[in-house]
Amino acid sequence: MLGMSIREVSQALRDGRVSATELCRKCINQIQRTLYLNAFITITEETAMEQAQRTDNRLRTGKPLGYVPPFNATVVQKLLDQGAVLVGKTNLDEFAMGAGSTDGVFGPVRNPWSYTSLYREQSTEDPDSDWAITGGSSGGSAAAVASLSSFLALGSDTGGSTRNPGSLCGVVALKPTYSLLSRHGLIPLVNSMDVPGIMTRSVHDAATVLRILQGRDERDSTTVQAPSTPPSLPEHFDIRDICVGIPKEYHAPGLSKDTLAQWSRVADMFEQAGARVQEVSLPHTQHSIVCYHVLCCCEVASNMACFDGLEYGHCSKVDSSTDAMYATTRHEGFNSVVRRRILSGNYFLLKSNYKRYFVKAQQMRRLIAEDFKNVFRSGIDVLLTPTTLSDAARYSDFIQEDNQTRSAQEDVFTQPVNMAGLPAVTVPTALSHRGLPIGLQLIGQTLQDWKLLTVAQWMEQKVNFPIIHLHGESNERELNRSL
Amino acid sequence: MAASPSGYSRMFFKLRKYANKSQSLYHIDSFNLVIRTIWTSGSRTQLQPKVHTKSLPQMVGVVGLEIHAQIQSTSKLFSGSHVRFLAPPNSLVSHFDASLPGTLPVLNRRCVEAAVLTGLALNCTINRKSLFDRKHYFYADMPAGYQITQQRVPIAVNGMLVYSYFEGRRRDQVVTKSVKIKQIQLEQDSGKSLHDDDQSQTLIDLNRAGVGLMELVMEPEMCCGEEAAAAVRELQLILQALGTCQANMAEGQLRVDANVSVHRPGEPLGVRTEVKNINSVRHLAKAIDYEIQRQMEVLQSAGKVLNETRAFDSKSGNTIPMRDKEGLQDYRFMPEPNLPPLFVYESEASVPAGVDPAQVVVIDRLSGQLPELPSVKRTRLVETYDILQEHSFTLVVRKSTFNLCIPISPCALAELINLVESGHISSSTAKQVFQEMWKAPEKTVGQIVKEQDLWMINDKEELQKICKRIVNSHPEEVQIIRGGNKKVLNKLMGEVQRETKGRTDPVQIRAILEKMVS
Repeated sequence: MLGMSIREVSQALRDGRVSATELCRKCINQIQRTLYLNAFITITEETAMEQAQRTDNRLRTGKPLGYVPPFNATVVQKLLDQGAVLVGKTNLDEFAMGAGSTDGVFGPVRNPWSYTSLYREQSTEDPDSDWAITGGSSGGSAAAVASLSSFLALGSDTGGSTRNPGSLCGVVALKPTYSLLSRHGLIPLVNSMDVPGIMTRSVHDAATVLRILQGRDERDSTTVQAPSTPPSLPEHFDIRDICVGIPKEYHAPGLSKDTLAQWSRVADMFEQAGARVQEVSLPHTQHSIVCYHVLCCCEVASNMACFDGLEYGHCSKVDSSTDAMYATTRHEGFNSVVRRRILSGNYFLLKSNYKRYFVKAQQMRRLIAEDFKNVFRSGIDVLLTPTTLSDAARYSDFIQEDNQTRSAQEDVFTQPVNMAGLPAVTVPTALSHRGLPIGLQLIGQTLQDWKLLTVAQWMEQKVNFPIIHLHGESNERELNRSL
Repeated sequence: MAASPSGYSRMFFKLRKYANKSQSLYHIDSFNLVIRTIWTSGSRTQLQPKVHTKSLPQMVGVVGLEIHAQIQSTSKLFSGSHVRFLAPPNSLVSHFDASLPGTLPVLNRRCVEAAVLTGLALNCTINRKSLFDRKHYFYADMPAGYQITQQRVPIAVNGMLVYSYFEGRRRDQVVTKSVKIKQIQLEQDSGKSLHDDDQSQTLIDLNRAGVGLMELVMEPEMCCGEEAAAAVRELQLILQALGTCQANMAEGQLRVDANVSVHRPGEPLGVRTEVKNINSVRHLAKAIDYEIQRQMEVLQSAGKVLNETRAFDSKSGNTIPMRDKEGLQDYRFMPEPNLPPLFVYESEASVPAGVDPAQVVVIDRLSGQLPELPSVKRTRLVETYDILQEHSFTLVVRKSTFNLCIPISPCALAELINLVESGHISSSTAKQVFQEMWKAPEKTVGQIVKEQDLWMINDKEELQKICKRIVNSHPEEVQIIRGGNKKVLNKLMGEVQRETKGRTDPVQIRAILEKMVS
C-alpha cells in the first residue's frame, strides 16, 4: 500500500479499502522503521493522526473541509486545503546550501537505497559506516518519498536542490517554471531563482500536485497566472510529435559510465519510438556555474541579513553593544558554509565590485537564458540531460571535499535551468552497478510544465524503474498495479 | 465649508502684521511688489552670512535638502499593517514588517499614486518604469537588514519647487525663487529606537517600520537658512493640499536633512556636511546658518571641513558631530528581486491589452485629481480680491481647506485693519469685533465698535489714572518688581487690560507702569 501512487491510494481511501488513520499509522510506522536514514527532523505524529481522524470523519459524513491555520506557506496551505495530511518536516543542508544533505545541524541524511539487499550484498562494511548520501539540499524530502514514508514531499530548488536528491534517491522531482508556484513562506536563498520543488514516486502524481499548487498568489508579486491545465496528463500521446535536444556541452568531465549509458539508452528509446533526437548547443554553459555562484552569494548575503537574533531564532549572550551582539549571534547561528557565502556576497556587492561581479554575472545569465531560448526556437520541445554526474556517493567519500567544491561539481547540470527560470524534471531510469538510482533530466520551455510532464510520463512508462525493497522488512506487496 | 471664526482671527492678525501702514486695502497701486527671480546659486542677498577677504570674492553657502515625507495612507508601503500615529508599541507589525523569513513585499497602490501626485505638483517627469532596490545596513530598527528603496530609477525626476519669502525693512517685498528637484523615490521607513541610557538598553518599536516614504532630493541651489525654510514651508503647503503627506515636522511626518558646504563662486563646491536632527522649520534655518558660519570660520583659520554627519542641538543652536559610523558606509545596493519593475501609464489608452485600467496607475487620471495648489490659490486671491501679494501668503496657510466664502466682505476687513492701524481700536479689541462681524455681517465695523464701546483709550491722563489705580491696589506685586523680578509687571498689565476691557495699547501701558513702579 505504501508503494502506491497518490492517485491509487486516494481511490483506495474513497473506496473504503483503507481508512486515513490506518494509512497514516502505516506511514508513521515506516518512518519509525527507517529512522536510521535521518530523513526527518520532526515527526508530527500527533498532528498527523488528528488530521487523519478528521479526514476519516469527513469521508464518513461527506462534509467538506473548513479549518483556518496560522501563517503557512502558500504551497503548504494549498495542499492542506485539498486534504493533504502532514506527517513531518524533513531534514536538509543548513539553509538549503549544499549538495549532500550532510551539513545540517540535525546530521546527515542517509539514502534509503543503501539499505536494500542489492546494496548490502556488495558492501563489505557494516551499514552504519558504509551508506550513501541522498544528495541535496532537500535530501530528507527525497528520502522520505523514496522510503515510502510519505506519498509526496516538498523541497526547494535553487540550483538543483530538489532534482539532485530526487535523482540520487530514485524519485520523480519537479522544478516548475519560476513564478508558477508561490514563494510566500519559502525561506529565501536566491529570490530570483528559488522555486518550491515537488517530489513524488510517479510523474502523474507530480502533475496532480502541480495542478493544485500553481497559480498567481497576491502575496508573491513575482507569480504569474497559470496556463490553463487539463485535469490530468493525456492518456494517449504521440511521441513522434516531439523533438528532443541533446546539449553537447553537457558531456561534462566526471560523468560516470553508468550515467552516460543511461543517457544514451533513453535517447535511443526516444529515437526508436519515432521522436526526432538531435544534438544542440548551449554555448555559454561553461560560464554558468561561476555566475550562479556569484549571484547566489549576493542574494544569500542579502537574505541572511534578517537573522540578527532580535525578532526570532538564536540570540547570543554577548550584549556589550548591538554590533557585538549581531556579530556574535550570526557567527554562532550560521555554519561555515553559510558564513562563507555571506562574506563572498558582501564582497561582490561592494560599490567598487558591483559592476565587475554582480552586473557581469547578470549579463552572463541573460546569455545563458538566450542559449535555451534559441534552442527551443529552432524547434526543440524538450532537452534530455543527466541530472547528476553519477549515482550517490558514499558518505565517507563525499565528505573528503568541502561543501563548496561539491556543490560546484554536482550542480553542473541543474543550475543553468535555475538561471534561465525553466521547468525541469528528473525521472529515475535505472539502478547503477552499485544498486543505486540514476535519474535523467528533461528541461522544458517557460510555462510549458504540462508538456514537459507529458513527455516525462512517456519516458517513465518506458524505462520501468524498480520499486524499492528495504533490507530486512517484510515486503508489503499488496500493490495492485491494475487499479 | 468655511473655516471657523477663531481660525480666521488668528490668520487676520498675521495679515495685519504685513499690512503696509500707510495704505489701505483699497488702493490699486498697492501692488507694490518687488519680485526678483534669481535662478542660480550665485545669488547675493543680504540674508547670507558673509566673510570678506582682501581681493577674493566672498565665500557663500551652498545648501541642498534631502526630505523624507511620510505618505498619508491607510497601510504600509509593502504590507497591509495599518499606519497610525501613537498606537501601542509593536501593535502595527505584520509578519513582513518583522521580516519573518518567507514573507514577501506587496506594493501599495495608494503610495504609488501619492508619489505620482506629488511629482506632478512639483513639475516632475514621471518615470513610466521605475525599479526597486535593497540598501543594506544593520540597525536594530530595521529587521530585514536592508531597506527597500529606489536607487537606480526612481518614480519621478527633474522637477521644480517655486517658493517665496519676504525681504525689505518692513518685510513686505516678496522674493520668489526656485529649486530643482532631482528626484522623488519611494522607500520604507524604519522603526523607532528609544535609547534608555540608564538601563543601557534600546527599545525598538516597529510600528513605523515599513511605512511609505517619499524621499525628495533637492539640488544644492539654495544659499542659506531662510531660503531653505521658505522652500520647506511651501513644500508643506503643497503636500497638505495634495493630501499625500501631513508634513508636520514635529511629529516626524516630514524630516529634513541639510547638506551644507561653502565655497567662493566660480570655484568647485566645498566639502559638505550633512546636518540632521532638525524638527522644525525654524531650527532648519538656524542649523543651516550656523553650519555655514562654522565652515567659513574653519576655512578662514586654514582648517579643513570634514565630510561628516552633524546633529543640530536646538538648545545651543549649534551643530555637533554625530557618533562616528566607522568610516564610509557601503550600502551594497542590489536590485530587489521580489518586486518586478513598476509601470505607470500615461493614459487609459496606453494601458496594454488584457490589463484592467482600473487595476493600474494612470497619470492622466491623477492629473485630473490634482487640487488647486497653493501658488495658484494665492494668484487667484490677488487677482480676485485685489489684495497684496504678501497678504496672499498669510491667507494660504496650512491646514485650512480654506474656502473664501466667508460672510465678511474684503471692504469690511480692510476697514477693520485700518482702524487698528490708525490706533482707534486695539489688536485685542479687533479680535472681538471680528467675531461679531462674523455673526452679524450686516453690521458695519463702526456700528459694532460703537455698540460695544470698544474705542481705544488714548487719553494720556485717563491712562495714568487707570495705571495709578492698579499700582496702588497691588502693593505686594510692586515690591517684587522693585526687588528685581520684572516679570511680575505682566500681571499688572493684565489687570489694566482687564479693567479697560482690552481697550488699551499694551506698549503704552507698559511704559507708564514701568515709570510708576521704579
